[in-house]
Amino acid sequence: MKAKVYVTLKSGILDPQGKAVQQSLHHLGYTSVKDVRLGKYIEMELSPMPAEEAKRQVAEMCRKLLANTVIEDFRFEVEG
Amino acid sequence: MRFGILVFPGSNCDHDCYHVLKHLLGQPAEFIWHKETDLRGVDAVVIPGGFSYGDYLRTGAIAQYSPVMKTVRDFATAGGPVLGICNGFQILLEAGLLPGAMLRNRSLKFICKEVFVRVETDQTPFTASVQPGRILKLPIAHAEGNYYADPETLRELKENHQVVFRYCESDGRISDEANPNGSRDSIAGICNRTRNVLGMMPHPERCAEGFDGNTDGRSIFQSILEQHAVKR
Repeated sequence: MKAKVYVTLKSGILDPQGKAVQQSLHHLGYTSVKDVRLGKYIEMELSPMPAEEAKRQVAEMCRKLLANTVIEDFRFEVEG
Repeated sequence: MRFGILVFPGSNCDHDCYHVLKHLLGQPAEFIWHKETDLRGVDAVVIPGGFSYGDYLRTGAIAQYSPVMKTVRDFATAGGPVLGICNGFQILLEAGLLPGAMLRNRSLKFICKEVFVRVETDQTPFTASVQPGRILKLPIAHAEGNYYADPETLRELKENHQVVFRYCESDGRISDEANPNGSRDSIAGICNRTRNVLGMMPHPERCAEGFDGNTDGRSIFQSILEQHAVKR
């Protein structure tokens, strides 16, 4: 089974990388872009287990290592 | 006084710290590999700068779970002095031994230059021999030194006088221009509530010898020694 984890900076925390990408998009003419936030996408292959157990484990992994909850939010999907 | 210097894969200021402690200050110093779980009875721990685990995921994120860190946590809880420099500071934040987190520098650039920091308190073993308000010229070299803590945590840090160093102008004035990386409140270094764990982004070990005329960094290591002597 597969877990897909998305880690993003919390709203309210300045994302200078996002700002730089936004400016670049503006230079390309995409002036409709109002805000850009960059994050991380983590894909994990898991041994088969009940979905509820997988969710519990992935949430724990996020809190312990994959995200720093002082500055980041996370969300994830478990498939298969 | 015996010093233990942690070595992670990717540490690169470990030998500089060793040189200062062993050869300049004449103290017994030894390297402690990150897989070790015994601090061999050292009196103080230094977590040096570098790029532990290649800064993968986040700076210090993987190092926080190295076997040695559990022992360092116990050592710190028991009141042992722990000094984290640059990547060492980042590791202490990830490990939760200090509050807050590091963000990318606001310029997005790796910054390597000398800066001025103001010593905000002498109530730590690392600054006990330094007059509060004294301005030190120290080098920084980092891409993730933009200190962040939520307003509540910042308030607590200030109330408990846990802010140890702030970036400043050469005359000690705090200004946005003198803040190299965008750190909240120009914070360059903080200690924990019990004041025995210090994290700082500048590198005191790189300006302790005086080969370029600057020995400002030496005062940090000297303080640790003098405090240890007083305690004994």
